[in-house]
Amino acid sequence: MVRAAKATREESAAADEDLVQLLTPSGERVAHAAYALEPTDDEARGLFRDMVIIRRVDVEATSLQRQGQLALWAPLRGQEAAQIGAGRALEPDDFCFPGYREHGIAWCRGITPEQSARSFRQVTNGGWDPYAYNYADPSIVIGNNMLNAVGYAMGVQHDGAESAVMACTGDGGMSQGDVAEAFVWASVFQAPIVFLLQNNHWAISEPTDRQTRIPLYKRAEGFGFPGVRVDGNDVFAMLAVTRAALARAREGSGPTLIEAFTYRMGAHTTSDDPTRYRVDEEVEEWTRRDPIERLRRHLLATKVADEGWIASVDEEAETQARALREAVVEMRGPTPISIFDHVYAEPHPLVDEERAQMLELLGAEEAGSPK
Amino acid sequence: MTERTLAKAINEGLRKAMEADPKVLLLGEDIGKLGGVFRVTDALQKDFGDARVIDSPLGESGIVGTSVGLAIRGYRPVSEIQFDGFVYPAFDQLVSQVAKQHARSEGAIRLPLVVRIPYGGGIGAVEHHSESPEAYFAHTPGLRVVSPSTPNDGYWMVRQSIECDDPVIFLEPKCRYWEKGEVDEASPPAGLFEAAVRREGTDATLVAYGPSVRTCLKAADAAAGEGRSLEVIDLRSISPLDVDAVATSVEKTGRLLIAHEAPTFGGMGAEIAARLTERCFFSLSAPPIRVGGYHTPYPPSRVEEEYLPNVDRLLDALDRAFEF
Repeated sequence: MVRAAKATREESAAADEDLVQLLTPSGERVAHAAYALEPTDDEARGLFRDMVIIRRVDVEATSLQRQGQLALWAPLRGQEAAQIGAGRALEPDDFCFPGYREHGIAWCRGITPEQSARSFRQVTNGGWDPYAYNYADPSIVIGNNMLNAVGYAMGVQHDGAESAVMACTGDGGMSQGDVAEAFVWASVFQAPIVFLLQNNHWAISEPTDRQTRIPLYKRAEGFGFPGVRVDGNDVFAMLAVTRAALARAREGSGPTLIEAFTYRMGAHTTSDDPTRYRVDEEVEEWTRRDPIERLRRHLLATKVADEGWIASVDEEAETQARALREAVVEMRGPTPISIFDHVYAEPHPLVDEERAQMLELLGAEEAGSPK
Repeated sequence: MTERTLAKAINEGLRKAMEADPKVLLLGEDIGKLGGVFRVTDALQKDFGDARVIDSPLGESGIVGTSVGLAIRGYRPVSEIQFDGFVYPAFDQLVSQVAKQHARSEGAIRLPLVVRIPYGGGIGAVEHHSESPEAYFAHTPGLRVVSPSTPNDGYWMVRQSIECDDPVIFLEPKCRYWEKGEVDEASPPAGLFEAAVRREGTDATLVAYGPSVRTCLKAADAAAGEGRSLEVIDLRSISPLDVDAVATSVEKTGRLLIAHEAPTFGGMGAEIAARLTERCFFSLSAPPIRVGGYHTPYPPSRVEEEYLPNVDRLLDALDRAFEF
């Protein structure tokens, strides 16, 4: 049945009432009693630039998959504000544990679109050195990363370090046992962590009401820490709320759940067909709440940017997209023999034996040639 | 040399590891004040504090999942799963994260964590408290699986597991916790992944690990009375397997029996039999024979004696090997 991701009545009411918003869909600033943000002009333009670039790169990656250059891509279209707002709130010493759609947060950590594409090209299952960016490898098994993040945060706490950890999940992830356990652990140990829940309304084909009967941010209260629902298409609100939650974590006040109320404009992945389960009207409705468009209007109205500058950002995004395409089609690897390299950190006789078998079977040249 | 029980020897090994390296943390259910349900962590929280000996919430995936994060942060977490049959909620973390993160990160991340699990039957327990899940873990590339059978190995192998830069599943034979033996704290008896010959013999090789080693030694005693000389090999490491040690023995004896408490189908015995057949085909006078648990859920413990490999079943298998 094709349908709208119809929230329960309670959820809709809560959405209007409790949603933290600092920038309306028409681009007007609104005040919020608990969260303030006075971005500098540079900061506001920077957020816009980030969002435009990652959207353009996302389009490019999606077409690269269609052209057979990537095995898969998980599009983030629609979630740019949620990811850029949260990502730009992180300090260099903070550590983030993403899922598999967080290309926007990765971008904020200095990971290039090319690096983000590596696992989708299947030249690796990772993509970067997590310690170089304080950003873990993509986590595909839903919920696992949340517990790993809490453990890391317990380590930060044990070190007495003043940094925070972020862990990402979605509306579907909220049904996983690991996520519930992560909430328990973080709560009882008061771990310095921010749980970023991007509620994009769809877990592949299942709408949010298949995961919950109450607004998801309200679950935090039951675990003993605050939950906040933010307009996930408002980059200012996302930045303000995430900064506050990270500061709270750093000062030792424990975890926060941020529910970024947003929408997955595209398919779950390039293997998905959303026309089978959701209606166009819903997508159109969310188009009117577009994260980039509202900031564009705001920047123009407040004269923080003009059309010429916006055109220059579009051009920069084109350059990034082109660079991604050029890099992806050239991307080679791994070599067959390299699969044995990092099974274990220390020598392992069976791995050595099987490496030798492959080498004998394929010969050094073939075994050592990147695919 | 000090005489200790296996439980106390592991406790002492944990203590030494914690003294040697401040990055070693313990976590698990009831491991603090209670000292664990088998007292393996007895008094460690008192001496090292509750920040290093952490009573965790009740959730096995949480115990292992947070261990992963602690290890990424640079710690060496040693977690305890209270009983074998409770490890399955953590299976996802073990297979999807613990075993794969080193490879996924192309070597950048190391996970030097140890998951201690009391395992095996023979203590008259209720359901879920007597299982032998080693094959699940041994089947998973990225994990290492070891099991001590003596107090000396308990002391040293837990220390060596903690020092290992790879994740180690540390299986403690719970029915041997209270057996005493000499512990030589001066130097380790062997590398962590090396097998040990527990008894030399010439007519057949008995291979076992953990709780079954002692059963094999008893069977060897009984067989000696019947004029058969059995060599008993304690694998100590289940993954990797010290195939060389077993092959050396089998080339000498010509017969191979493998004993474990886990069901035989798809178990470690099958792996050992296959590898040794490939390697020592022309030395074998009989096919390798497995003696293990039956293909049933672990039974009510009133009949566990009949379910587990015991001396009679081993001697019966031995007869079959000689009849060939």
